[in-house]
Amino acid sequence: MSTATTPLTVTDESFAADVLASTTPVLVDFWAAWCGPCKMVAPVLEEIAQEKSGVLTVAKIDVDANPSTARDFQVVSIPTLILFKDGKPLTRIVGAKGKAALLKEIADVI
Amino acid sequence: MSSQPTHDVIVIGSGPAGYTAAIYTARAQLHPLVFEGTSFGGALMTTTEVENYPGFRSGIQGPELMEEMREQALHFGADLQMEDVESVSLAGPIKEVVTAGGETHRARAVILAMGAAARYLGVPGEQELLGRGVSVCATCDGFFFKNQDIAVIGGGDSAMEEATFLTKFARSVTIVHRREEFRASKIMLERARANDKIRFLTNTTVVVEGESTVTGLRVRNALTGQESTLAVTGVFIAVGHDPRSELVRDVVDVDAEGYVQVWGRSTATSVDGVFAAGDLVDRTYRQAITAAGSGCAAAIDAERWLADTRDSGTTEMIGAHR
Repeated sequence: MSTATTPLTVTDESFAADVLASTTPVLVDFWAAWCGPCKMVAPVLEEIAQEKSGVLTVAKIDVDANPSTARDFQVVSIPTLILFKDGKPLTRIVGAKGKAALLKEIADVI
Repeated sequence: MSSQPTHDVIVIGSGPAGYTAAIYTARAQLHPLVFEGTSFGGALMTTTEVENYPGFRSGIQGPELMEEMREQALHFGADLQMEDVESVSLAGPIKEVVTAGGETHRARAVILAMGAAARYLGVPGEQELLGRGVSVCATCDGFFFKNQDIAVIGGGDSAMEEATFLTKFARSVTIVHRREEFRASKIMLERARANDKIRFLTNTTVVVEGESTVTGLRVRNALTGQESTLAVTGVFIAVGHDPRSELVRDVVDVDAEGYVQVWGRSTATSVDGVFAAGDLVDRTYRQAITAAGSGCAAAIDAERWLADTRDSGTTEMIGAHR
Protein backbone atom coordinates (compact mmCIF):
# COMPACT_ATOMS: atom_id res chain seq x y z
CA MET A 1 0.00 0.00 0.00
CA SER A 2 1.39 3.36 -0.89
CA THR A 3 1.00 6.40 1.32
CA ALA A 4 0.39 10.01 0.42
CA THR A 5 3.24 12.21 -0.69
CA THR A 6 1.88 15.18 1.24
CA PRO A 7 1.00 15.35 4.93
CA LEU A 8 -2.45 14.01 5.79
CA THR A 9 -4.73 16.24 7.84
CA VAL A 10 -6.30 14.32 10.71
CA THR A 11 -8.86 15.33 13.34
CA ASP A 12 -10.08 14.07 16.73
CA GLU A 13 -12.73 12.15 14.80
CA SER A 14 -10.46 10.58 12.20
CA PHE A 15 -7.48 9.92 14.48
CA ALA A 16 -8.37 6.31 15.32
CA ALA A 17 -8.91 5.34 11.71
CA ASP A 18 -6.12 7.38 10.12
CA VAL A 19 -3.40 6.92 12.72
CA LEU A 20 -4.12 4.17 15.24
CA ALA A 21 -5.45 1.69 12.65
CA SER A 22 -2.83 2.51 10.02
CA THR A 23 -0.76 -0.37 8.72
CA THR A 24 2.15 1.96 7.97
CA PRO A 25 3.88 3.94 10.75
CA VAL A 26 2.46 7.45 11.12
CA LEU A 27 4.44 10.48 12.22
CA VAL A 28 1.90 12.90 13.72
CA ASP A 29 2.66 16.61 13.95
CA PHE A 30 0.72 18.35 16.74
CA TRP A 31 0.63 21.98 15.69
CA ALA A 32 -1.35 25.23 15.75
CA ALA A 33 -1.52 28.33 13.61
CA TRP A 34 -0.22 30.57 16.40
CA CYS A 35 2.92 28.51 16.95
CA GLY A 36 5.99 29.97 15.20
CA PRO A 37 8.27 26.94 15.57
CA CYS A 38 5.47 24.79 14.09
CA LYS A 39 5.91 26.79 10.90
CA MET A 40 9.58 25.84 10.95
CA VAL A 41 8.87 22.10 10.96
CA ALA A 42 6.06 22.17 8.40
CA PRO A 43 8.25 22.31 5.26
CA VAL A 44 10.61 19.67 6.70
CA LEU A 45 7.65 17.35 7.22
CA GLU A 46 6.47 17.96 3.67
CA GLU A 47 9.86 16.81 2.41
CA ILE A 48 9.84 13.75 4.66
CA ALA A 49 6.29 12.85 3.53
CA GLN A 50 7.43 12.89 -0.07
CA GLU A 51 10.68 11.03 0.44
CA LYS A 52 9.30 8.36 2.75
CA SER A 53 6.10 7.81 0.81
CA GLY A 54 5.16 4.15 1.09
CA VAL A 55 6.98 3.47 4.34
CA LEU A 56 5.75 6.36 6.45
CA THR A 57 2.62 8.50 6.61
CA VAL A 58 3.07 12.05 7.85
CA ALA A 59 -0.05 13.46 9.51
CA LYS A 60 -0.89 16.86 10.96
CA ILE A 61 -3.37 17.59 13.70
CA ASP A 62 -4.34 21.14 14.67
CA VAL A 63 -4.48 21.10 18.48
CA ASP A 64 -6.62 24.22 18.56
CA ALA A 65 -9.46 22.52 16.69
CA ASN A 66 -8.73 19.04 18.04
CA PRO A 67 -7.88 19.32 21.73
CA SER A 68 -8.88 15.83 22.84
CA THR A 69 -6.22 13.95 20.90
CA ALA A 70 -3.55 16.30 22.25
CA ARG A 71 -4.91 15.71 25.75
CA ASP A 72 -5.00 11.92 25.26
CA PHE A 73 -1.29 11.91 24.46
CA GLN A 74 -0.40 14.57 27.03
CA VAL A 75 0.81 17.07 24.46
CA VAL A 76 1.39 20.35 26.31
CA SER A 77 4.10 21.75 24.08
CA ILE A 78 4.12 22.26 20.35
CA PRO A 79 5.45 21.35 17.94
CA THR A 80 5.40 17.80 19.27
CA LEU A 81 5.84 14.93 16.84
CA ILE A 82 4.78 11.45 17.87
CA LEU A 83 5.58 8.40 15.78
CA PHE A 84 2.83 5.77 15.95
CA LYS A 85 3.25 2.18 14.89
CA ASP A 86 0.53 -0.46 15.20
CA GLY A 87 -1.59 2.03 17.11
CA LYS A 88 1.05 2.74 19.73
CA PRO A 89 3.09 5.89 20.33
CA LEU A 90 6.73 4.89 20.03
CA THR A 91 8.84 8.01 19.69
CA ARG A 92 8.12 11.51 20.90
CA ILE A 93 10.00 14.54 19.60
CA VAL A 94 9.44 17.94 21.19
CA GLY A 95 10.43 21.17 19.46
CA ALA A 96 11.41 22.06 15.91
CA LYS A 97 14.21 19.93 14.52
CA GLY A 98 15.94 19.69 11.17
CA LYS A 99 15.35 16.98 8.61
CA ALA A 100 18.55 15.08 9.34
CA ALA A 101 17.88 15.12 13.08
CA LEU A 102 14.25 14.06 12.62
CA LEU A 103 15.08 11.20 10.31
CA LYS A 104 17.70 10.02 12.78
CA GLU A 105 15.17 9.95 15.61
CA ILE A 106 12.75 7.77 13.68
CA ALA A 107 15.36 5.69 11.84
CA ASP A 108 14.99 2.57 13.98
CA VAL A 109 11.23 2.37 13.32
CA ILE A 110 10.99 3.02 9.59
CA MET B 1 31.34 16.97 -3.89
CA SER B 2 34.04 18.85 -5.72
CA SER B 3 31.68 19.68 -8.60
CA GLN B 4 29.85 22.19 -6.39
CA PRO B 5 30.54 25.76 -7.50
CA THR B 6 32.24 28.23 -5.20
CA HIS B 7 29.72 30.86 -4.14
CA ASP B 8 30.50 34.49 -3.48
CA VAL B 9 28.82 34.39 -0.11
CA ILE B 10 27.19 31.96 2.28
CA VAL B 11 24.91 33.27 5.00
CA ILE B 12 24.38 31.08 8.07
CA GLY B 13 21.25 32.00 10.00
CA SER B 14 17.75 33.22 9.29
CA GLY B 15 16.64 35.79 11.79
CA PRO B 16 16.35 39.48 10.90
CA ALA B 17 20.16 39.62 10.53
CA GLY B 18 20.43 36.59 8.24
CA TYR B 19 17.51 37.52 5.99
CA THR B 20 18.59 41.15 5.73
CA ALA B 21 22.10 40.03 4.77
CA ALA B 22 20.47 37.72 2.23
CA ILE B 23 18.31 40.52 0.78
CA TYR B 24 21.28 42.90 0.42
CA THR B 25 23.74 40.37 -1.00
CA ALA B 26 21.09 39.06 -3.39
CA ARG B 27 20.39 42.57 -4.64
CA ALA B 28 24.15 43.06 -5.05
CA GLN B 29 24.12 40.06 -7.43
CA LEU B 30 26.24 37.98 -5.08
CA HIS B 31 23.77 35.06 -5.32
CA PRO B 32 23.89 34.22 -1.62
CA LEU B 33 23.43 30.66 -0.42
CA VAL B 34 21.59 30.87 2.89
CA PHE B 35 21.46 28.11 5.49
CA GLU B 36 18.33 28.92 7.42
CA GLY B 37 18.65 25.96 9.74
CA THR B 38 15.97 24.25 11.74
CA SER B 39 15.08 27.31 13.75
CA PHE B 40 14.42 29.43 10.69
CA GLY B 41 12.99 32.81 11.46
CA GLY B 42 14.97 33.03 14.65
CA ALA B 43 13.84 34.39 17.98
CA LEU B 44 10.89 36.32 16.52
CA MET B 45 9.19 33.04 15.66
CA THR B 46 8.31 32.59 19.33
CA THR B 47 7.08 36.10 19.95
CA THR B 48 3.61 37.48 19.43
CA GLU B 49 3.08 41.11 18.57
CA VAL B 50 6.16 43.10 17.56
CA GLU B 51 5.21 46.68 18.34
CA ASN B 52 8.54 48.41 17.78
CA TYR B 53 9.64 47.39 14.29
CA PRO B 54 9.48 50.59 12.25
CA GLY B 55 7.06 50.62 9.38
CA PHE B 56 4.28 48.69 11.09
CA ARG B 57 2.31 51.26 13.00
CA SER B 58 -0.21 48.79 14.38
CA GLY B 59 2.42 46.15 15.08
CA ILE B 60 3.02 42.86 13.32
CA GLN B 61 3.17 39.27 14.52
CA GLY B 62 6.77 38.04 14.89
CA PRO B 63 6.35 34.99 12.62
CA GLU B 64 4.57 37.14 10.03
CA LEU B 65 7.41 39.66 9.98
CA MET B 66 9.90 36.85 9.44
CA GLU B 67 7.79 35.36 6.67
CA GLU B 68 7.84 38.75 4.93
CA MET B 69 11.63 39.02 5.23
CA ARG B 70 12.04 35.46 3.98
CA GLU B 71 9.82 36.10 0.96
CA GLN B 72 11.71 39.31 0.24
CA ALA B 73 15.02 37.42 0.24
CA LEU B 74 13.52 34.78 -2.09
CA HIS B 75 12.15 37.49 -4.35
CA PHE B 76 15.65 38.83 -4.96
CA GLY B 77 17.00 35.38 -5.70
CA ALA B 78 18.61 34.24 -2.46
CA ASP B 79 19.07 30.46 -2.41
CA LEU B 80 17.44 29.50 0.89
CA GLN B 81 18.21 26.08 2.35
CA MET B 82 16.45 24.83 5.45
CA GLU B 83 19.38 22.70 6.48
CA ASP B 84 21.42 23.03 9.65
CA VAL B 85 25.15 23.60 9.36
CA GLU B 86 27.23 20.91 11.02
CA SER B 87 30.73 22.35 10.74
CA VAL B 88 32.69 25.11 9.05
CA SER B 89 36.23 25.62 7.85
CA LEU B 90 36.81 29.34 7.49
CA ALA B 91 40.55 29.91 7.54
CA GLY B 92 41.60 29.93 3.87
CA PRO B 93 40.49 32.06 0.91
CA ILE B 94 37.81 29.45 0.12
CA LYS B 95 35.55 28.78 3.11
CA GLU B 96 33.78 25.46 3.51
CA VAL B 97 30.42 24.85 5.14
CA VAL B 98 29.29 21.29 5.83
CA THR B 99 25.56 20.67 6.34
CA ALA B 100 23.88 18.23 8.72
CA GLY B 101 23.10 16.19 5.60
CA GLY B 102 26.85 15.89 4.93
CA GLU B 103 27.12 18.16 1.89
CA THR B 104 30.05 20.55 1.55
CA HIS B 105 29.46 24.03 0.15
CA ARG B 106 32.15 26.58 -0.66
CA ALA B 107 32.24 30.36 -0.69
CA ARG B 108 34.73 33.21 -0.67
CA ALA B 109 32.91 35.09 2.10
CA VAL B 110 30.73 33.90 4.96
CA ILE B 111 28.24 35.90 7.03
CA LEU B 112 27.51 34.44 10.44
CA ALA B 113 24.03 35.24 11.81
CA MET B 114 23.09 32.27 13.97
CA GLY B 115 21.50 34.41 16.66
CA ALA B 116 21.00 33.35 20.24
CA ALA B 117 19.31 30.36 21.82
CA ALA B 118 17.04 30.34 24.85
CA ARG B 119 19.00 29.58 28.00
CA TYR B 120 17.97 26.82 30.36
CA LEU B 121 18.25 26.81 34.14
CA GLY B 122 20.18 23.57 34.37
CA VAL B 123 18.22 22.44 37.43
CA PRO B 124 16.91 18.94 38.21
CA GLY B 125 13.66 18.09 36.44
CA GLU B 126 14.00 20.74 33.78
CA GLN B 127 15.22 18.64 30.83
CA GLU B 128 13.34 15.52 31.98
CA LEU B 129 10.04 17.40 31.88
CA LEU B 130 10.71 19.54 28.84
CA GLY B 131 7.57 19.35 26.70
CA ARG B 132 5.73 17.86 29.67
CA GLY B 133 5.05 21.09 31.46
CA VAL B 134 8.43 22.77 31.10
CA SER B 135 8.45 25.14 28.14
CA VAL B 136 10.65 27.80 26.59
CA CYS B 137 7.89 29.10 24.31
CA ALA B 138 4.96 30.84 25.99
CA THR B 139 3.28 31.70 22.69
CA CYS B 140 3.39 28.04 21.63
CA ASP B 141 2.33 26.39 24.85
CA GLY B 142 0.27 28.88 26.88
CA PHE B 143 -2.86 27.42 25.26
CA PHE B 144 -2.39 24.11 27.10
CA PHE B 145 -2.58 25.73 30.53
CA LYS B 146 -6.07 27.21 30.47
CA ASN B 147 -7.31 27.88 34.03
CA GLN B 148 -4.19 26.36 35.54
CA ASP B 149 -1.58 27.71 37.92
CA ILE B 150 1.76 28.20 36.25
CA ALA B 151 5.15 29.83 36.82
CA VAL B 152 7.52 31.93 34.75
CA ILE B 153 11.18 31.84 35.72
CA GLY B 154 13.23 34.96 35.05
CA GLY B 155 13.52 38.65 35.74
CA GLY B 156 14.04 40.31 32.37
CA ASP B 157 11.76 41.78 29.74
CA SER B 158 10.99 38.43 28.18
CA ALA B 159 9.89 37.01 31.57
CA MET B 160 7.53 39.97 32.08
CA GLU B 161 6.22 39.77 28.53
CA GLU B 162 5.60 36.01 28.79
CA ALA B 163 3.94 36.27 32.19
CA THR B 164 1.62 38.99 30.95
CA PHE B 165 0.81 36.99 27.81
CA LEU B 166 0.19 33.81 29.81
CA THR B 167 -2.48 35.46 31.98
CA LYS B 168 -4.71 35.20 28.90
CA PHE B 169 -4.86 31.47 29.59
CA ALA B 170 -3.73 30.69 33.10
CA ARG B 171 -5.60 31.14 36.39
CA SER B 172 -2.45 32.47 38.03
CA VAL B 173 1.12 33.18 36.97
CA THR B 174 3.94 33.33 39.50
CA ILE B 175 7.11 35.06 38.37
CA VAL B 176 10.01 33.40 40.15
CA HIS B 177 13.25 35.34 40.14
CA ARG B 178 16.49 34.47 41.85
CA ARG B 179 17.32 38.07 42.75
CA GLU B 180 15.53 40.99 44.37
CA GLU B 181 16.02 43.45 41.51
CA PHE B 182 14.65 42.96 38.02
CA ARG B 183 16.56 43.48 34.83
CA ALA B 184 13.27 44.13 33.05
CA SER B 185 12.51 47.60 31.74
CA LYS B 186 10.23 49.75 33.85
CA ILE B 187 7.33 49.64 31.41
CA MET B 188 7.33 45.84 31.21
CA LEU B 189 7.71 45.39 34.97
CA GLU B 190 4.90 47.85 35.71
CA ARG B 191 2.65 46.12 33.21
CA ALA B 192 3.23 42.79 35.00
CA ARG B 193 2.81 44.35 38.45
CA ALA B 194 -0.50 45.87 37.45
CA ASN B 195 -1.86 42.48 36.40
CA ASP B 196 -3.79 40.92 39.28
CA LYS B 197 -3.23 37.38 38.00
CA ILE B 198 0.54 37.79 38.41
CA ARG B 199 2.39 37.42 41.68
CA PHE B 200 6.12 37.62 42.37
CA LEU B 201 8.54 35.38 44.25
CA THR B 202 11.97 37.01 44.47
CA ASN B 203 15.30 35.76 45.84
CA THR B 204 14.07 32.31 44.96
CA THR B 205 15.67 29.34 43.24
CA VAL B 206 13.77 26.34 41.91
CA VAL B 207 13.84 22.63 41.19
CA VAL B 208 11.18 21.21 38.86
CA GLU B 209 9.06 18.41 40.32
CA GLY B 210 6.90 15.79 38.65
CA GLU B 211 7.02 12.25 37.29
CA SER B 212 5.44 12.18 33.83
CA THR B 213 4.29 15.81 33.91
CA VAL B 214 5.13 18.87 35.99
CA THR B 215 3.34 18.91 39.35
CA GLY B 216 5.17 21.74 41.03
CA LEU B 217 8.28 23.68 41.83
CA ARG B 218 10.40 23.11 44.86
CA VAL B 219 11.23 26.72 45.72
CA ARG B 220 13.99 27.85 48.03
CA ASN B 221 14.37 31.32 49.43
CA ALA B 222 18.00 32.27 48.89
CA LEU B 223 18.04 34.59 51.93
CA THR B 224 16.36 32.42 54.55
CA GLY B 225 17.07 28.99 53.08
CA GLN B 226 13.41 28.13 53.60
CA GLU B 227 11.95 25.60 51.17
CA SER B 228 8.40 24.99 50.10
CA THR B 229 6.42 23.64 47.15
CA LEU B 230 4.63 25.79 44.64
CA ALA B 231 1.90 23.74 42.96
CA VAL B 232 2.05 24.52 39.24
CA THR B 233 1.42 22.45 36.12
CA GLY B 234 3.48 24.61 33.78
CA VAL B 235 6.91 26.20 34.08
CA PHE B 236 8.00 28.69 31.43
CA ILE B 237 11.71 29.41 31.34
CA ALA B 238 12.68 32.97 30.37
CA VAL B 239 16.15 33.43 31.78
CA GLY B 240 17.83 34.95 28.78
CA HIS B 241 19.73 33.83 25.73
CA ASP B 242 23.18 32.61 24.81
CA PRO B 243 24.85 33.36 21.48
CA ARG B 244 24.73 30.33 19.19
CA SER B 245 28.44 30.46 18.43
CA GLU B 246 29.39 26.80 19.13
CA LEU B 247 29.96 26.29 15.40
CA VAL B 248 32.66 28.95 15.16
CA ARG B 249 34.01 29.29 18.71
CA ASP B 250 37.35 27.72 17.82
CA VAL B 251 37.65 29.61 14.55
CA VAL B 252 36.77 33.27 15.13
CA ASP B 253 37.40 35.32 18.25
CA VAL B 254 34.57 35.23 20.76
CA ASP B 255 34.32 36.90 24.16
CA ALA B 256 34.02 35.12 27.52
CA GLU B 257 30.29 34.58 27.04
CA GLY B 258 30.60 33.34 23.48
CA TYR B 259 29.58 36.48 21.58
CA VAL B 260 31.46 36.75 18.29
CA GLN B 261 33.77 39.75 18.33
CA VAL B 262 33.87 42.21 15.45
CA TRP B 263 36.22 45.02 14.56
CA GLY B 264 35.03 48.43 15.70
CA ARG B 265 31.85 49.51 14.01
CA SER B 266 32.24 46.96 11.23
CA THR B 267 30.98 43.39 11.10
CA ALA B 268 34.41 41.90 10.30
CA THR B 269 35.43 39.05 12.57
CA SER B 270 39.00 37.99 13.39
CA VAL B 271 39.00 35.82 10.25
CA ASP B 272 39.45 37.45 6.85
CA GLY B 273 36.29 37.19 4.76
CA VAL B 274 34.09 36.17 7.69
CA PHE B 275 31.50 38.65 8.92
CA ALA B 276 29.05 38.43 11.81
CA ALA B 277 25.75 40.14 12.63
CA GLY B 278 22.72 40.07 14.88
CA ASP B 279 22.30 38.55 18.33
CA LEU B 280 25.38 36.42 17.74
CA VAL B 281 27.42 39.60 18.15
CA ASP B 282 25.16 41.92 20.09
CA ARG B 283 25.09 41.70 23.85
CA THR B 284 23.65 45.18 24.25
CA TYR B 285 20.63 45.93 22.08
CA ARG B 286 19.27 42.61 20.81
CA GLN B 287 16.34 44.05 18.90
CA ALA B 288 14.86 42.92 15.60
CA ILE B 289 15.73 46.26 14.05
CA THR B 290 19.34 46.32 15.30
CA ALA B 291 19.80 42.75 14.08
CA ALA B 292 18.41 43.68 10.67
CA GLY B 293 20.66 46.75 10.62
CA SER B 294 23.78 44.76 11.35
CA GLY B 295 22.76 42.14 8.78
CA CYS B 296 22.71 44.94 6.23
CA ALA B 297 26.13 46.14 7.41
CA ALA B 298 27.54 42.61 7.11
CA ALA B 299 26.23 42.33 3.55
CA ILE B 300 27.84 45.63 2.57
CA ASP B 301 31.11 44.73 4.35
CA ALA B 302 31.16 41.36 2.57
CA GLU B 303 30.37 42.94 -0.79
CA ARG B 304 33.22 45.47 -0.47
CA TRP B 305 35.62 42.85 0.83
CA LEU B 306 34.80 40.59 -2.13
CA ALA B 307 35.33 43.45 -4.58
CA ASP B 308 38.68 44.35 -2.97
CA THR B 309 40.03 40.81 -2.87
CA ARG B 310 38.81 40.12 -6.40
CA ASP B 311 40.66 43.19 -7.69
CA SER B 312 43.88 42.21 -5.97
CA GLY B 313 43.33 38.59 -7.04
CA THR B 314 43.11 39.64 -10.69
CA THR B 315 46.31 41.65 -10.41
CA GLU B 316 48.11 38.67 -8.98
CA MET B 317 46.85 36.42 -11.72
CA ILE B 318 48.01 38.78 -14.45
CA GLY B 319 51.33 39.02 -12.69
CA ALA B 320 51.60 35.24 -12.54
CA HIS B 321 50.97 34.88 -16.27
CA ARG B 322 53.72 37.26 -17.08
